[in-house]
Amino acid sequence: MPPGRVRKPIGWSMISILVLVLISAGLVYRRDGADGVIEILSHDLSLFGGILPRVLAGCLLGAFIAEILPHEKVSRALGPKSGLKGLLIGTAFGAILPGGPFTAYPVAAALLTVGADFGATIAMVVSWTLIGYGRAVAWELPIMGTEFTLWRIVISLPLPVLAGALGRFVYARVYPDGAPE
Amino acid sequence: MSAALLIDILLWGSVAGVGFIAWRRGRTVLVSSLREGSLEFANIMPRIAIGVVGSGYIAAVIPQEIITGWLRPDSGWLGVLTAVVAGAATPGGPVVGFSIGAVALKAGGGPPQVTAYVVAWALFAFQRVILWEIPFMPARFVWFRAAVSVPFPFLAAAIAMAIGKP
Repeated sequence: MPPGRVRKPIGWSMISILVLVLISAGLVYRRDGADGVIEILSHDLSLFGGILPRVLAGCLLGAFIAEILPHEKVSRALGPKSGLKGLLIGTAFGAILPGGPFTAYPVAAALLTVGADFGATIAMVVSWTLIGYGRAVAWELPIMGTEFTLWRIVISLPLPVLAGALGRFVYARVYPDGAPE
Repeated sequence: MSAALLIDILLWGSVAGVGFIAWRRGRTVLVSSLREGSLEFANIMPRIAIGVVGSGYIAAVIPQEIITGWLRPDSGWLGVLTAVVAGAATPGGPVVGFSIGAVALKAGGGPPQVTAYVVAWALFAFQRVILWEIPFMPARFVWFRAAVSVPFPFLAAAIAMAIGKP
């Protein structure tokens, strides 16, 4: 069984975001008054309600993947010693992953817990965001046009592997004795 | 069929697929992953709530016009640099990001600069990082990922300049 994910309740990242949000809400209040604050709140709350089922699906997907993927094979295929092949597997996985951010990040987090290293996971996340077909087909092609989109993707092709390799290179120097946890 | 419906079908289809594999491994595997997934969901909900509601306020403070202003047809590396900053600071989802890119292209922005903008938006758009990446991923990973991604919009612009495309 894979180890349970250890979660800090709310880390300093969330606290700094919260501070940023409160400042922004204050600025909106000064500019547009209480109506402006309430309008954004109600719009975003309905958005929140709409994405909740997808978030649930993403969480389940991540949990299933963490459970069914054999830890040992994942760390061999995507671990710190997986070499270029691991970065390529991460890149391919990110490029074919269906769905949006609500699947990419839970699945990436699941890969980290079952033995993928930062490098392969970075390759996966960067590949999903740069060469994943979902956003390109749904938004980029119709808005930016075919020529721009295709060339943008061609230019982006080497980037996930390079980002993963840079990630590994830096990781080995920042944490020479392995993960600090 | 709408894109949103297609996404949901693909998404829940994938969940059902891996769920089926888990079920074939045995009831306990299925039950424990369902429990783990639901716990994760309960854990993540408050963060997503802060992200969704909060980024609406941040987006309201950074109007699109400011971003479009940064994407003036500056040529050269200064233009690339402002494009990268604009990409990271762009509020809203893909419609906003790509529309700004398309407007910049039409208004005479250089293709390498617009490429850098789109790549930087994909890598760093603050709303996606706040709303999705930070809640789901370990914080250390997010900052690490963002830091090692910094050279790549510039590299994309350099490749675009070298090959003369798009």
